[in-house]
Amino acid sequence: MKNPRWNPYLVGMLIGLLSIVTFSVANKPLGMSTGLAQAAGACAMPILGSDQVAANTYWAKTAIPAWDYSTLFLVGTMAGALLSALLCGAFKVSSESSVWIASFGPSKAKRLVAAFLGGIIIMYGARLADGCTSGHGISGCLQLAVSGWLFFIVMFASGILTAKLLYGRSVQA
Amino acid sequence: MMPFLAFLTGSELLWAAVGFGLLFGFLLHRGGVTDFDVIVRLFQFRDFTVLKVMMTAIAVGGVGIAILHGQDLAQYHIKATNLLAVGLGAAIFGVGMVLYGYCPGTGLAAVATGRMDALAGLAGMMVGGIAYALTFDWVAANILPVGAYGKLRLPELLGLPEWVCYAGLVAMAAGIFALVAKAEKKA
Repeated sequence: MKNPRWNPYLVGMLIGLLSIVTFSVANKPLGMSTGLAQAAGACAMPILGSDQVAANTYWAKTAIPAWDYSTLFLVGTMAGALLSALLCGAFKVSSESSVWIASFGPSKAKRLVAAFLGGIIIMYGARLADGCTSGHGISGCLQLAVSGWLFFIVMFASGILTAKLLYGRSVQA
Repeated sequence: MMPFLAFLTGSELLWAAVGFGLLFGFLLHRGGVTDFDVIVRLFQFRDFTVLKVMMTAIAVGGVGIAILHGQDLAQYHIKATNLLAVGLGAAIFGVGMVLYGYCPGTGLAAVATGRMDALAGLAGMMVGGIAYALTFDWVAANILPVGAYGKLRLPELLGLPEWVCYAGLVAMAAGIFALVAKAEKKA
C-alpha cells in the first residue's frame, strides 16, 4: 500500500472517542510520560540499586516502577504502532529525516546523539510540567484544565523558537 | 466513589490498558504523527497534521467527556496548575521535542516502526526520568510551590458557565481549522 495515512481529522476524532472510552470505562485519561517515568525507575534499579530507587520520594509516591495501567498502556502503544506499520509495509529500520539532513547533514551518529539529548530534555520537561503532549496536551486541554492549556501554549511557543534556531536554514527542505 | 460506568477493575483494567494503548499507537502511526518531519514542520508552520489531530481529539473528547461528567458518568482528572513548574517544564519540553523530533508518545510509537533515532531518544528519556527523580526533592521544595493554584479549570478561571467554555472550545477548533485550510491553500 502506497499511502497508509488516514485523514488527520478522522484520526483526531478516533483519539477523542478513545479518550471518552478510557475516561468512562477505565476512569483513566490518556497519558504517556508517567508510565515512562516509572520505566525510568526500573532502568535505574541496576544502576542505583533497588533500595535507592525505593527510597526516592518520586519513585515511591508518583511513579512507582511496576506493571500497572500506565506502563501497560505504553506496551500497547508500541504494539499498536508496530501492527499498523507491519500491516501497511511501513516498518523500516532507519533514522533519516529530510528536515534534519537539510540542516545537519546525513551523519547518523550526529542524529542519534541529538535524539538522545533531545530525549533527556523532553523527559525532564515532561516530568517538571507533570505531563506531556498526551497527558496535558490532549487529556488536560479537553477537560479545560488551565495546566493543560498553559502547557500547550508555552510548549508551542518554545518549539517554534527552537525550530527557528535549529532548522532555520532548512526551510526549503 | 468510582463513576458508574467504570466497570473495569483489577486484571481487566490491565488488559484494557494494553488494548487502549494498542488503539492509540495504531492511530498515532496511521495519523502520520510518528514521523520526525511531520512533527518538526508543525513548528515551522509547514505541516499542520499534528495540530489537526490534537485539536479534533480535544474538541471531540472534550464535549463527550463533559456530557458524561454532567450525568455523573465520568470523573475529571485535573492536573495542578503550578505556574512555574508547568511553564518551565513546557518550555524545556518544546526544546526537547524539536531536537528529538517526537514527543514521548509518538517517539515510543516510532521506535516500534523501526526508527533508530526514536530509540536513542527513548534511552535519553530514561536518563531524563532518572534525572528528574533524583532532583525531585529540590524541585518539590523550590519550583512546584511557585504559583500553585491547584486543580484549576478554565470555567472557574474565566468565571464562565461550562457550556460557554465548551462552545468556545469547539468554535476555537473550527477557527483554527479554517486558518489552517487557508494557509494550506496558499502553500
